[in-house]
Parts: sequence; structure tokens; C-alpha cells
Amino acid sequence: MKIRLLSAVTAALLIVFSAGSLQAEQKEAYHIGGVFSITGSAAWLGEPERNTVKMIAEEINAKGGINGHKLVLHIEDTQGSNTRAVNAVRKLIKKDKVCAIIGPSRSGTSLATVPVVEKAEIPMLSCAAAASIVNPPEERRWVFKMGQNDSDAVRRIYEHMKKNGIKKIGILTGTTGFGDAGRSQLKELADKYGIEIVADETYGPGDTDMTAQLIRIRKTDAKAVVNWSIVPAQSIVPKNMKQLNMQILLYQSHGFANHKYAEAAGKAAEGSIFPSGRIMATETVPEDHPQKKVLEAYKKAYESTYNEKVTTFGGHAYDAIWIIAKALEKVGDDDPEKIRNAIENMEFVGISGIFNFSKDDHCGLDKDDFEMITIKDGKFVVLGQ
Amino acid sequence: MTDWLQFLFMGIQRGAIYAMVAMGFNMIYNATGIINFAQGEFVVLGGLMMVSLTMVMDFSIVFAFFLSVGFVTIVGILMERLTINPVRRPTVLRLIIITIAVSMLFKGSAMCFWGKGSHYMRHFTEAQPLEIMGATIMPQTLWIIGILILVVIGYVLFFNCTMTGKCMRACAINRDAARLAGINDRRMVMLSFALSAAIGAIAGIIITPLIQMDYARGALLGLKGFGAAVIGGLGNSMGAVAAGLLLGTIEAMAGGYISSHYMDAIALVIMLVVLFARPGGLFGSSEEVRLKEF
Repeated sequence: MKIRLLSAVTAALLIVFSAGSLQAEQKEAYHIGGVFSITGSAAWLGEPERNTVKMIAEEINAKGGINGHKLVLHIEDTQGSNTRAVNAVRKLIKKDKVCAIIGPSRSGTSLATVPVVEKAEIPMLSCAAAASIVNPPEERRWVFKMGQNDSDAVRRIYEHMKKNGIKKIGILTGTTGFGDAGRSQLKELADKYGIEIVADETYGPGDTDMTAQLIRIRKTDAKAVVNWSIVPAQSIVPKNMKQLNMQILLYQSHGFANHKYAEAAGKAAEGSIFPSGRIMATETVPEDHPQKKVLEAYKKAYESTYNEKVTTFGGHAYDAIWIIAKALEKVGDDDPEKIRNAIENMEFVGISGIFNFSKDDHCGLDKDDFEMITIKDGKFVVLGQ
Repeated sequence: MTDWLQFLFMGIQRGAIYAMVAMGFNMIYNATGIINFAQGEFVVLGGLMMVSLTMVMDFSIVFAFFLSVGFVTIVGILMERLTINPVRRPTVLRLIIITIAVSMLFKGSAMCFWGKGSHYMRHFTEAQPLEIMGATIMPQTLWIIGILILVVIGYVLFFNCTMTGKCMRACAINRDAARLAGINDRRMVMLSFALSAAIGAIAGIIITPLIQMDYARGALLGLKGFGAAVIGGLGNSMGAVAAGLLLGTIEAMAGGYISSHYMDAIALVIMLVVLFARPGGLFGSSEEVRLKEF
């Protein structure tokens, strides 16, 4: 028994060493993990993220890798479930020995995996949006976030209202997690901008008609409506407003920044205003904007490789993998601690904005990374200042 | 005040879909005594097929309508022939578990064929709202109401005036006696799946222009329809239509006059009250319930 065990161990060691010596000739590869909701109810988040990460890794490897080290991706599917996300992250750390993790895609799965990476001390770059993923900073040493804060989207909307003299608004939010978070942010920040919410309505993801809610808003003296959701049902709101002949301004959340929703809402959505990452309106971003080049390059590469439109979500994954690549290049090593420190001191011009990480800010984006966008002739257009 | 009329339109539109899904549930319940958990998937398949035929292949609405209904009907027949019919000792529980499995299969296949995104389809006719007594209504809503009426008329004619329809009713009342009278009960089960799939597909087709269909919507669509079927009294299709319309209207009125936050909660409370007060549903008899297995 003992001899058997001994020989097994020797054999294993031999294999490990011979593999090591083989790879040493072309430098050891860097292992990066990806945890996305590729199937399940949030598949529309995870799929473009997975596609983007694969595309960029191939691009980097085709150019000879990072300082001669190839990138090896280990991608796991969470199916949008917290348990699976935690297991996937554990597997990536223990079995695949990754030096950094991209994802998860959703706020819930990201929050569930935070304690795991904090304990294992591996940097994780979440592609979700909730502010609590990176707050409080002292308990989130190893976690960074690529998505803009919901609260910044609200700030941009309220600033625009203030400039246009709108003081009373009606809000109409979806009953999903995204809608709920938006609803509480809208309520919390209203006072600060001198805005009064005179009607507060909600709708479910399966609803087919929102005229009842809109009539309740119409009965008040609201001067604008804010529609905050991420599910397809939100496209019905502009249509119903037109049906009821409501002339007041319609603001929507960054969850509306999806070509399919705009197409479904059709003419009714013309002129509605929403904050979004600049990637959705790449063509109309001014030439001299620092992000212009990055945006154009990513849009062209993604759309020609996968034959589908770019999304802001894929953009989060783009930012994450490039930030890790830049950190690896600078450090020249795949030590997680050094990567973490490099990211914390990094400035990066990406798809979602200009990242400026610091010890207390692991998101690095601010409200100016949202652009106010409107719909003109079915296209997303930058509204300008 | 024309608000109530606007809420009524909204309610009827919501209710029409509940009613059609509930009719589908009842049809299979009558023939086999089970709840078909894949009912919502029939709705999704009908909607997605319609999207492909009209938006991608550019067929006319009428042609695509019949083609989609035909396709889903065949899917329904295949489901019965391949998964329900071969079961040796069909107990209620066993069959229900099979329908759950089939619903997952449909959902997965729909994801593979149509992808994970939501699909948009144009309205049947011009999307200009019409004005009726101060309230506005979308032409698509009129289509939904009109098609529901046609389906109900067709249903009544089929079950009262045709031999096959009468045979199906006989099977629903007493399967053993019907078999003794020379009715092929297994064929009637297959027929019930075909009809239930067809009604599901019609519901999916008429609702898709309003909601954008995606592969994962089946459960949500099935749930409210099931609620309508229970309120109306399981097995009673005309009761289901009335209950569906009632449920939709109550939801819309609650949303309009009380608060939209409690729209779904109110529907559930009504369902519970009905089940406590009249376990056979609003239109079912309580004696009948005691004789039923499930």
C-alpha cells in the first residue's frame, strides 16, 4: 500500500515537473478565470461577456501574449444562480489556480462570491452594477467593479431635469431587482435635486399594458415620467404614453440602452432620454473624446466577429480583461497581490468610461461616464450638454 | 371620467390571454385528469414561430398565423404520442412529472433555435390607437378580443355540434363508460393535446406584438392562466373564460384605483378566497370536486 502510494506520488510529481519544463521554453501561461451567467434568465448578460473575453484573449495571444506569456481562460457558467457562482469561483481558485477572475455578471452572484475571493485573496473584477459590491472599501480589498453605479444614472437624469426646470415627476419601475434598486435610488436622491415624486407606480415583468399606471401619473401634475426597468416589458411604456396622448417628457434608465427595446417601442420612443455608456452611441461620440478610438475598435471587432450588436455588458468584460492584461504587463508576474495593487493604482480608458481606481474607490467611474442619449430616427444619439 | 373604461380595456386584454391559457389547461385536464405544465411553452412556441415567419421570412400575417398554429399543434400531438401515450400505468402524478420534463425540453429547444434574447414582432395592423368614448385602445387589443370570441365560438360549436366533440365530452365525463360505448379514448387524449396546443399557440401569436416573446416566458404565462382555470373551476372551459376576463379586469381596476404595487397580490388573494369559499371554483360544483381524483 505504502509503495503504491509512493509510486503514485512520484509519477504525479514527474508529470508536473515534465509539464513545467516543457512550458518553460515558451514561458508559463497566465491563467484567468471568467464567471458569467451564460445560460439561464440572465443569459443576455453573460453571453456577450463570454464572447468578448474570448475575443480579446485570442487577440492578445495572437500578438504573442503578455511579455511572452500566453493567456489561458477558464470560463464557468453560473446560470445566474448564487450557489453555482460560489462553486465556480472556488473551482477556479483551487483547481485552475487562476490569478484573477472576471465576473460574475449579476449583482446578486457578485455579492455572493465576494467573501470567497476576499478569503482566497484573488482579485475579482465584477461585471455587475450594484454599489454594495465594492462598498465598504475596507472589506472589499480584492473586489473591483466594471459597471457604473445606479445612483450615477439617477444623478444624470435629475441633473438634466433640473436644467430643464422639471420639479415634479412620476416614476414607473419594474418589479425586478434592477427596477427595485432604481426605485429606491430615485426616491433617495430626489430631495437633493429639489425634485418631488408625485406618483410612484410599478409593473411586473409579464405585464402587457401599463395604461392604468400611466393614468394614475396623468392625474397628478407630474412634468416628466421616469421608466426604470431592464426587461422587455418596458418597451410598452412609451407606446402606452403615446396611446394616452401624454405629452410630458419620458426619461428611461440605462436598462433601456438596448437596440431591441428601442425597436420594439418604435416611433413612440423617439425623443425619450436615458443615460447610457457611450458604446451604445459610438457614432455620435465627438471625435476628440478620449474614449472614441477604443469604442470604435471594440464595436467593429465584436460586430464583425459575432455578427450581433455590441452591448454595454460586453463592454464591462472588455474593460475587465484589458485591465487585468495591463496589470500583468506592468507587474511582469502573476502574483495576485501585485496584480491587485497594480489595478488599484491604475488609470484606464475603457468602454464604460475612464477608470480611475483608488484605495477607496474600486469602481473608478463617476457620473460623467454616463452619457445622456436620446433616440432620433430609431438611432441612439448623444444628446450633448 | 373615462378612466374606468381605459382600465376595462386593459383588463380585458390581460384577461383574454389568461382565458385562452386556462382553456388549454382545461382541455387536457378533462381528457386525462392532469395539469399540463407545458401549456405555457405552447404559448411561447406559437409566439416565437410567428416571429420567425413574419419578421424573418416575411410571410403574410394570415398565412403565418395558420402555419404557426399548425406547427404547435403537431408539437402537441408529438408530445402526446411520444411521452404520454406510451406510459404503461398512467397515474396522475406520473403524467404530471412527464409534462414538467417536456416543458423543460421545449424551453431548452426554444433557447437553442431562437436564442436567448427577446423577439419583437410588428402589430397585426396599423399601431395607431383608436379612441372610444374618451378612452384609447390599440388595434392589437381589438384583435386579441376578436380572436378570443372566435375561439370561444369555435369551441362551443365543436363540443356541441360535432361527433368528435361529443365523444371528447363523453370521455371527460366518464372515460370507462365512453370506452364501453365504442369511443377510442386514447385518440381523444391525443386530440385534446392537439387542441390545447393550438389554443396555446393562438394566445402566443396574438400577445407577441405587445410583449416581445422570449424562450423563458412560458412559466409566467402559464401561472396566471392556471389561476384563471382554478377560479373558474378546473375542467369548466366557459368558467375559465369568464374567470380569466374577471381576473384581468380586477387586476387592472386594482392597479388603477388602489395601487399598481398590489396588482398581482390582489389576484392571488382572490384566488385564495375562491378556493376557501368554493373549492370547486366559481363556476364548478362542489359535489363534482369530491368525486375527482385531483
